[in-house]
Amino acid sequence: MSLTASDVKRIAHLARIEISEQETGQALAQLNEIFKLIEQLQSVDTAGIEPMSHPLGGSQRLREDVARDQPGRESLMKNAPAMRDGLFIVPRVVE
Amino acid sequence: MFEKSVAELGRALLAKQVSAVELARLYLDRIGRHKELNAFLDVRPEVTLLQARAADERIARGEATPLTGVPVAHKDIFVTRDFASTASSRMLKGYMSPFDATVVEKLGNAGMVTLGKLNCDEFAMGSSNENSYYGNVLNPWDTSAVPGGSSGGSAAAVAARIAPAATATDTGGSIREPAAFSGVTGIKPTYGRASRWGMIAFASSLDQAGIMTCSAEDAALIFNGMLGFDPKDSTSVDRAQEDYTRGLTQGVKGLRIGLPREFFGEGLQPDVEKAVREALAEYVRQGAKLVDISLPNAALGIPVYYVIAPAECSSNLSRFDGVRYGHRAAQYGDLDDMIKKSRAEGFGPEPRRRILIGAYVLSHGYYDAYYLQAQKVRRIIADEFQQAFGQCDVIAGPVTTSVAFGFGEKAADPVAMYLSDLYTIPGSLAGIPGMSIPCGFGARNRPVGLQLMTNYFEEAKLLGVAHQYQLATDWHKRLPPIVSDR
Repeated sequence: MSLTASDVKRIAHLARIEISEQETGQALAQLNEIFKLIEQLQSVDTAGIEPMSHPLGGSQRLREDVARDQPGRESLMKNAPAMRDGLFIVPRVVE
Repeated sequence: MFEKSVAELGRALLAKQVSAVELARLYLDRIGRHKELNAFLDVRPEVTLLQARAADERIARGEATPLTGVPVAHKDIFVTRDFASTASSRMLKGYMSPFDATVVEKLGNAGMVTLGKLNCDEFAMGSSNENSYYGNVLNPWDTSAVPGGSSGGSAAAVAARIAPAATATDTGGSIREPAAFSGVTGIKPTYGRASRWGMIAFASSLDQAGIMTCSAEDAALIFNGMLGFDPKDSTSVDRAQEDYTRGLTQGVKGLRIGLPREFFGEGLQPDVEKAVREALAEYVRQGAKLVDISLPNAALGIPVYYVIAPAECSSNLSRFDGVRYGHRAAQYGDLDDMIKKSRAEGFGPEPRRRILIGAYVLSHGYYDAYYLQAQKVRRIIADEFQQAFGQCDVIAGPVTTSVAFGFGEKAADPVAMYLSDLYTIPGSLAGIPGMSIPCGFGARNRPVGLQLMTNYFEEAKLLGVAHQYQLATDWHKRLPPIVSDR
């Protein structure tokens, strides 16, 4: 299997990363090399094997649904690239 | 004083032979004199000295732990309130976290004094530290060689003794490989032992914090303050607190050391093999037995890793959108364009590459063939470790196929770079503890590491086995020429 330039553009869009024509070509060559490595997995017989999503298995622990102290809004927003009146500023999304 | 271990520094502080402020000044001065290594990304003497003064007061009150007043530096993957937290990325340039990572907080609670933040590969993705937005870290043993990665700054700082200890993180070998390349002791514990809260996420089912030090004894002391259950991390393991120094006095007589055939095959360079075999001979002299074992599918670890890690990274790094924090492009059209441009500019080539791989293997129609299949092969590899541990107590072998390579040697070829983690990835996939200890020198006098691994939750045994070797050898005490010179 090998990727095409349009695959690369499609996944770059899915990943929301702008990619130029020149970068598409470079990425295509590198990704195809990496996928050659990954393709080795296809020949492994994994019938009846439980997928391992986590080293120690078990289920995710849930915490009590109780209010706790959190850093305040100001400290959480201080790294925002653009903010006003406690809101994050982005380009208009609703016409 | 700077060649002393964490254990020795702790004792000197308790005996009032030196103050925490004096130690902080000594290391800050050393950091300043070794700027060429580019190991540190953020140093704020006023913050360090404030912490040191608090440590001195604590010692004076008689409330000190063995770590109080001992300096430590943190890999710039752990968020910190008082130092910038960048993950070595342009994306997080200047980012100031509203809180400390649990690991940082715990070591602070034990009284350790923070020297600053350490350079690493961007978002911990890399094996040479050549992927940092803030430039290469140099290997103190040979400045034409890479220090290893992703925890390259941690390894270089400890090797050059500009920090007596440094936190690090492992996803596929990012503690053991730089520890081997830079000639220091590095250990990752069992997945779930160290809290991931505040550790900037790369691949959540693999990421695990550990430590770089000058010795196994130092690592054990720091683990006592660093590890433990954290309700804020949903994959933190809820087990009773342990004393990680308890195995240090245990001899290795009768210990069965398993040597995976697959770790001594094609690709292993003779200089590395020679140093590793000599280290194994030392264990035999001490009464250990070498056992031939097999991890038949270990080599598949690399393709498994390069599906799982990018998949999880593409998901974790989707939070960087230029809206709430992180880099935002200067020029853009609509919201989608703003996000795309911000991410294209903010992420370097390696994170971009891995995000693309991840987005692809998780995309509609490919999930079963790639991600699910990789998770199944991951199980096969983890099961093979369990079979191996039926025949041996510890697994030993090389950490890397070669000594540290030069800058640029593999940078243009991602696959060649990925293959350098051949011996470390399997243990990371299984989630077992793993360690690298210095065991000699290879080509061009570059350090060689011996890898040791034990089964889940056997860190105390692992540290003990490493310590027994360090009692009989002095590789871990050797200093790079740049250190002895000044």
